[in-house]
Amino acid sequence: MTKLPKPLYLAAGAYTMSLGTGRPEFNPRVARPGLEHYIQEVGREVFAQIDDPDTIDEGVIGNFMAARFNKQGHLGSLMTIAHPSLEYKPMIRVEGACASGGLALATAIKSVLSGLAESVLVMGVEVQNTVKAVYGADILAGAGWFAGERKEGGTYFFPQKFSDRAGAYGQKYGVEKSREAMARWYATAVENARLNPLAQEHFNKVKDLLSQGLTPPDSRTFCEHINLFHCSKVSDGAAAIVVCSKEGYKRLGLKRKDVIKVVGYGHASANLTTPPPDLTELTTSRRASAAARKMARIAKEDYGVIEVHDCFSITGMLSLEALDLAAPGQSIDFIAAGENKRTGRFPTNTGGGLVGYGHPTGATGVRMAVDLWKQLTGKAGDYQVPLKKEHGIMISMGGNDKTVVSLVVKR
Amino acid sequence: MDLNTRLQNVTVIGAAGKMGSGIALLLALELAYRALENKDRTYILNLVDVSDVSLQGLVRYLREQAVKDAEKQMSRLRRLYADRRDLVENGEMIEAFASEVLLHVRTGKTMVLAQDSTLVFEAAFEKEELKIGIYKDLAALCPREMYILTNTSSIPLHVLSEAAGMTGRVIGYHFYNPPAVQKLLEIITPDVCDTELQELAGELAKVLRKTVVSSNDIAGFIGNGHFMRDGLHGIREVERLAGEHGFTKAVYFVNKTSRDWLLRPMGIFQLIDYVGIDVFQLILRVMDKYLNDGLHSPLIDRYLELGVKGGQTSSGTQKDGFLKYEKGAIVGIYDPDKQAYVPLDGTWDKEADAQLGDHPDPALSWKSLQGDPDLETKLRSYFSNFETKPTLGARLATDYFRASRAASQRLVEAGVAKHAEDVNKVLTLGFFHLYGPINDHLD
Ligand SMILES: NC(=O)c1ccc[n+]([C@@H]2O[C@H](COP(=O)([O-])OP(=O)(O)OC[C@H]3O[C@@H](n4cnc5c(N)ncnc54)[C@H](O)[C@@H]3O)[C@@H](O)[C@H]2O)c1
Repeated sequence: MTKLPKPLYLAAGAYTMSLGTGRPEFNPRVARPGLEHYIQEVGREVFAQIDDPDTIDEGVIGNFMAARFNKQGHLGSLMTIAHPSLEYKPMIRVEGACASGGLALATAIKSVLSGLAESVLVMGVEVQNTVKAVYGADILAGAGWFAGERKEGGTYFFPQKFSDRAGAYGQKYGVEKSREAMARWYATAVENARLNPLAQEHFNKVKDLLSQGLTPPDSRTFCEHINLFHCSKVSDGAAAIVVCSKEGYKRLGLKRKDVIKVVGYGHASANLTTPPPDLTELTTSRRASAAARKMARIAKEDYGVIEVHDCFSITGMLSLEALDLAAPGQSIDFIAAGENKRTGRFPTNTGGGLVGYGHPTGATGVRMAVDLWKQLTGKAGDYQVPLKKEHGIMISMGGNDKTVVSLVVKR
Repeated sequence: MDLNTRLQNVTVIGAAGKMGSGIALLLALELAYRALENKDRTYILNLVDVSDVSLQGLVRYLREQAVKDAEKQMSRLRRLYADRRDLVENGEMIEAFASEVLLHVRTGKTMVLAQDSTLVFEAAFEKEELKIGIYKDLAALCPREMYILTNTSSIPLHVLSEAAGMTGRVIGYHFYNPPAVQKLLEIITPDVCDTELQELAGELAKVLRKTVVSSNDIAGFIGNGHFMRDGLHGIREVERLAGEHGFTKAVYFVNKTSRDWLLRPMGIFQLIDYVGIDVFQLILRVMDKYLNDGLHSPLIDRYLELGVKGGQTSSGTQKDGFLKYEKGAIVGIYDPDKQAYVPLDGTWDKEADAQLGDHPDPALSWKSLQGDPDLETKLRSYFSNFETKPTLGARLATDYFRASRAASQRLVEAGVAKHAEDVNKVLTLGFFHLYGPINDHLD
């Protein structure tokens, strides 16, 4: 597909607080809200923005591992609790590891394009603080190839995988410089999170974030090439947005200025059972985002705001290179020059991203779309950036760059 | 016989007690790791106590703690279980480890369980006759090579070993509560003690990652040698101050200054309550029997006659003693004449605070100074304030401070401790004081 057969829009977005360490509301010893709470909370916020709830034709919910974190399957049916009007409407749950939210968007896009629906409610949810980190690591490792990789993998399986990437990147482009860039990534993520009241790091008061980010990695307690500050958070949360046609958003009672247009879309999957072809590159992310940009027929300079999947700071860096904003090895300089900051040329992860806002895995892809929507419609509040360009792009990535959905949107 | 061989069959007597359960945990974990590392050997941990209920509680405790330990030792476990194709996830290995720990444990009410042990840890009640009886039974049951490592905290060890015909085969292995967490281990070596046992005790301490302080075999050793005298000083001060200020206020003064002015974690009466007034009396009696040093207190005897005991409930909450507690906070002080607690109601205690005078530096406390890199300098300037503001509080604290130092110095002079540094280590590591009592502050 080189061109979308009909115009598509994103409307009425919302996401919840990312709950986990760092939030004053979080106390590991006290019972916390479950999936139901988050589904209903974002549901309420979306429905509050639209005139007639019955104009939502379908629902798609992205979730990674509720079956293990919460012992809950059948989320398509659970999603109906978001609003009484959803009863008896078609609902479906999709899963693609940490790209589950991206896949939910892709699924809704197909529904609207097929003409079966004019407006599809897209949600993502994950509640992960139900288990301690050692057990959570087991669950998240399901995003890798269990039979072939888990046994030999580390205690913290994914941190280990991306530590390997950080190690390879450091070897190729300089260990010191790449660690510095990772530390800067962390500092920027927290600075952005401080402006986003829903972010997990919103209350982070650390003065010298950069030196904290430069804490030497310790392979005895964690990983060889990354430290804990280079990681996204363990989070509970949900996000939701409506994917619709022109007819769809009108029926919702919304104006063009309230919605953003989807102008490009790319989706790629890579073989789960083989290692990445190059540890220093996000090959699948590059493919999916290039396809999305090609469909949008824009230049990379046209991005006014960007959302990348920084499950680790190294992933954020590699994503900038996958987007061709920096040549291989040069995201280091890109970041040193502050190009990714809210004041830079390409404001990236303006609400904190996965490192700063948090990473409720199944919700993250949807949360990214909501942040793009907020920025492009001027609804981002304290973290609103002055837009210099019309377009935004997001990369929703699952596992070790194995499932990727990328959207290009326009004000 | 080397340590690894001895560890193949170990017994803990009094295993379900406060100290015994902690010692059992340390050993159970160590044996499980050894079993995983030495597949050709078997390891057995016999846990003996007097009731089935408490032994079942012990097994439950060991399992819970094994899981917690395993959660923190994942990289080691992933390595140790590398050849177990059936164990893939962290969670599976943690469960396997918890089962492994219990696989080596045998519990029972009979001493016969110890018959193949060459290493026995004893943590039964602090009662001479009881311990002697246990040692005699063990001597009759166990192989000749068997050694006893005892947690005895006041009775001279040679008294026990001689009476049981075990001379040379008993060493003091005095853990601090809780044994699995507290780094300090006081090793008490009687005059006659097999060299092999001494070496073994040192080697095992390393394996268990303990910081060792050596004491000589003189009743009370270092820990109680200091604590009893420190407590008796507090009681004498109360008796001295009671005439002028009344009894409860005197207790208030002494408890408060010994905590806030001396920057200790607890005031002296809170500490006695924590340990238990009955335990305090028991240890005093033992020490008084062997040392001619005036170690008795009619006041302590009176409290116990009145049924005021302190100590902890089984769930670990503090019972009332000298002081009354609510949710861990001190809310009243016992008056033995009225046989009732006088509440801290903000009237007389406020007046008492005014009489004590301002704290020398309200910004400093035991808590605020935890892990402070400038601790030494801060303490120095803090204590130098005492002379410039001779309030009642500063005077009481200075006397207290000096009494604690004198008691500590006597422990060195009497040969209980070999070095001043050892006494300081026991107080800082074992009692969590910020500084050792032998120092040149407030000279
Ligand atoms: N509690 C402390 O902080 C502490 C610190 C250092 C040393 N100690 C010493 O450790 C020893 C144990 O103290 P504790 O506080 O754990 O006491 P405790 O009362 O909690 O435990 C003693 C255990 O020994 C058991 N026991 C008694 N007689 C027995 C017998 N004949 N056979 C088998 N088991 C028997 C009891 O049932 C009980 O479970 C004492 O010598 C004490 O002085 C205690």
